[in-house]
Amino acid sequence: MKTVAICRYGAGNVRSVELAVLRLGATLTDDVAGADLAILPGVGSARTAMEGLRERGLDDVLRARTRPTLGICLGLQLALDESEEDGGVAGLGLVPGRAVRIREGRVPRIGWAHVGETAYWFAHSYAAESPAVTATSEGLAAIVEHGPFTGVQFHPEKSGPAGARFLERCLSRV
Amino acid sequence: MPLPRLIPCLDVADGRVVKGVRFEQLRDVGDPVELGAAYSDAGADELVFLDITATLDKRAAAVATAARVAEQVTIPFTFGGGIRSVDDATAVLEAGADKVSVNSAALARPELIEELASVLGSQAVVVAIDTEAGRVRSHSATRDASRDTVEWARECQERGAGELLVTSIDRDGTREGYDLELLERIGDAVSLPVIASGGAGNARHVADALGVASAALLASILHEDPQRLVSLRAELKEAGVCLR
Repeated sequence: MKTVAICRYGAGNVRSVELAVLRLGATLTDDVAGADLAILPGVGSARTAMEGLRERGLDDVLRARTRPTLGICLGLQLALDESEEDGGVAGLGLVPGRAVRIREGRVPRIGWAHVGETAYWFAHSYAAESPAVTATSEGLAAIVEHGPFTGVQFHPEKSGPAGARFLERCLSRV
Repeated sequence: MPLPRLIPCLDVADGRVVKGVRFEQLRDVGDPVELGAAYSDAGADELVFLDITATLDKRAAAVATAARVAEQVTIPFTFGGGIRSVDDATAVLEAGADKVSVNSAALARPELIEELASVLGSQAVVVAIDTEAGRVRSHSATRDASRDTVEWARECQERGAGELLVTSIDRDGTREGYDLELLERIGDAVSLPVIASGGAGNARHVADALGVASAALLASILHEDPQRLVSLRAELKEAGVCLR
């Protein structure tokens, strides 16, 4: 049985991530350091999120992890060196790069968009600029991979059956 | 730009989906979880649940409904109705909703938009604007809010709203088509996504709305029948609309 820890550090919809993980048959744990997979969901804005992580000591726990961590949406952006959001915020530095404001189209960028052949649901105003980008969506970073960290800009937990399949692949690799 | 979105809207009262004319003579049409899941299976891109009751324990009821929906529905959903504070919104999001929609409460105290955006992020904050003849209406469109619609739309953006759900009261229930001119004016005034609402009678109307707005809210056109969404999607694809 695979164990998954979902980092809790602020207000937002973390319940859907939890439900998605439970549907795949994994066991939830509060042990972020020891879980087979740690998930860093995205809640709130960059500054309040980083403060929330630091207050709970989760920043150091995540930096120390050698087993896989999955960042979702803002969770991806927090893993970078820094974000332009809220006038500039230092990130966890798990992945080289920075989160920059989306400059084209309507912002927030909300809705379903393709990553390769598959459409996933996105809701974001910032996007990663990073040498670790391994997949894009309409020219914006959709997936970053660096060491044990994988970040997705979309919400697999809100992307119906396609999102569930994505999470299943993440779990099968840990 | 992401793909155009089709968003069924379900009116909820006391934990049930209801249908009524101008909030009167409410008729029970089903369970929000069952209908929501059926719309999701039928190809809905997102769902909107609007709590139209004004009961005392509204927040508890809303949270319970959101929690039940989140267990079965794996596409994004917005919860609206009775959200007056960051605490109200947080409770609904923590139960599993992705966005909240605010209307009269934001008109009464516009700072609410900033408070919600700073705690939950702009992407979780939808401001619903009911408009008639270029003016904003509040309290289920029963009162004049003494605001110009385009100016209010701009203010919502400046305060941190993530999306605008624009309902034309002039067109609502007429089935004569969305108010395209209004949607264009608001779309030009803001850089946020705009969700069109009010007036859909056929697939052509929806296709036209998706030409000027990011998403179309679907209410009476669906007749509370998920199969109608399947046929509507087919008609839209035939008309050249690129859907998920």
